[in-house]
Amino acid sequence: MSALVPPAGDGGVTAPVAGQTPGLLRRSLATGRTRAGLAITMLVVAVAVVGPFVAPGGETAIVGPPNASEVPGLLFGTDVTGRDVWTRFLHGGISVLWLSALCTLVGVGAGLLIALLAGYSRTWVDEVLMRTTDVFLAFPAIVLALLFLAIFQPSAWTVILTVALGHAPRVARVMRSAVLDVAGRDYVRSAESMGLRRWSIRLGDLLPNVTGPLMVECGLRLTYSIGLVAGLGFLGLSGLAIDQADWGLMINEGRTAFTVQPWPVLLPVTAIGLLTVGTNLIADGIARAAAGTDREVGE
Amino acid sequence: MALGRLVGRRLAVGAVILFVVSLLVFGASLLLPGDAARAVLGRSASPDRLAVVRAQMHLDDPAPQRYLAWASDLVTGDLGNSTVSQEPVIELIAGRSGNSLLLMAIAALVATPLSLLLGSWSALRRDQLADHATALGTLVLASLPEFVVGIALIYVFATGLLQWFPPVVSTTMPVLEQPSVLVLPVATLVLAVAPYITRMMRATMLEVLDSDFVHQARLNGIPERSVLWRHAVPNAIGPVAQVIGLQLAYLAGGIVLVEFLFAYPGIGQGIVEAVNARDIPTLQALIMLIAAFYVLVNLLADVVGVLTNPRLRTGVA
Repeated sequence: MSALVPPAGDGGVTAPVAGQTPGLLRRSLATGRTRAGLAITMLVVAVAVVGPFVAPGGETAIVGPPNASEVPGLLFGTDVTGRDVWTRFLHGGISVLWLSALCTLVGVGAGLLIALLAGYSRTWVDEVLMRTTDVFLAFPAIVLALLFLAIFQPSAWTVILTVALGHAPRVARVMRSAVLDVAGRDYVRSAESMGLRRWSIRLGDLLPNVTGPLMVECGLRLTYSIGLVAGLGFLGLSGLAIDQADWGLMINEGRTAFTVQPWPVLLPVTAIGLLTVGTNLIADGIARAAAGTDREVGE
Repeated sequence: MALGRLVGRRLAVGAVILFVVSLLVFGASLLLPGDAARAVLGRSASPDRLAVVRAQMHLDDPAPQRYLAWASDLVTGDLGNSTVSQEPVIELIAGRSGNSLLLMAIAALVATPLSLLLGSWSALRRDQLADHATALGTLVLASLPEFVVGIALIYVFATGLLQWFPPVVSTTMPVLEQPSVLVLPVATLVLAVAPYITRMMRATMLEVLDSDFVHQARLNGIPERSVLWRHAVPNAIGPVAQVIGLQLAYLAGGIVLVEFLFAYPGIGQGIVEAVNARDIPTLQALIMLIAAFYVLVNLLADVVGVLTNPRLRTGVA
């Protein structure tokens, strides 16, 4: 329900504020909320990135009886096939991170492209593109992903493309209204009167002036990507190799023995929860800085 | 009347969207590597057997003809048989959709008044500790994926610290005969949608409380309680109604992970099972059902939004 936020630097007729992005980040970093979000995110990212190097053992090595919560020498016991939970947790974050990052990159990129095309076409192209997004908005994101994962063998790429496919129409809508807002300004008209080509106006005049909402979308979609990627892993559909350590898959494997051995589920769930809270706090901080007010982020 | 025309137009748009969605859902199944007959019979099926099943499923007909047959069956409620259980898909839907609707209805009935109250309360304590705590709490909850919240609830209230509620639904009896299994899935869904409604209600109430007619009412000496309940709240609920509608539509997607987590026998769990079994007829029907529900609730939210916003009602939109 984003009452999304005009870009910052809304001086209206003044020249494009080309350097607004660094300023925006700096302003959002001034709030305690963004800093807390950044700290939480960095903590989880550090665990995921450094984890594989400091893990005590191999991620697929069987070191004890299955589902034992108290094994001497093991911090959190063993999982459903007797592998070390702590080792698998340390190995399992990186896949969630890069999958979510790519989902966000592809989804926001595609949405931005649609928005630049549609918001500055002033022809039937706009209508066609927007009605197409309506069709994809007729599914909840997870249902759209499941439809395509049933058709194509789940793999890292099908997960990335299906999650991105859910993001693109939502991003396109928000960004199109931001583009429309900028497209009517005087400096765009003056660029038009100078006979600049449409794509050079799109990239040179429109894009630099919608970076505020664009960064908010990146943060928001990253939060949703993490939830969806881990959620698909939790459903056992993330397309990773069966014995690969992955936070989503760990939850899926561990949930049947949750009562006797909760750690294979609790560790990744905590990490994913912290990560989504961290990224959303950052997105909220950027949105507030971009709006220059007390506005809040919504879906 | 303008409103009737508007609702009619939105309905027509909804119907067109569902038509294109049906093309998409059907078209996606054409992309299935191999074909549906092989998906049913498995890799080792003999060519003769494959040919028979292909003929049975009309797989040799041209795609447009198959689409027409599928779509007309869909409209008449003949949804074909599950390729796994061989039972009619319509029976599976009949058994499961009631459960899902029950889950969503209770979640909506709990979440809506709860978040309206919390949002108003927070607005009345603007910039006090309670307001900041609510803002931070709803932001954190809005960030968390449903399965994270659900697993946390299971750990606290079912398997770990307290053993108040069952962690999963028993398959041996109907859901209504074991009402305690509803508590945790409902709580998970409430925690998923309430933050958005709460935040919207707070923002709208702040605007309303700051408006001229509320100041006027106060100046006229109307008691604060009456200012609040007779003047402020009714004016805030209008804009919030649309957000409530959108959140209820969101529940249609939320039930997928939540039902899977709690082994709750509803449409969402049915979709996950159909994906795992590559049971395409069942999946197509369930996805069309969710899309129809989603489009319909979004449409209602749209209409409510128009009804409660005079500027939109006069047709400027």
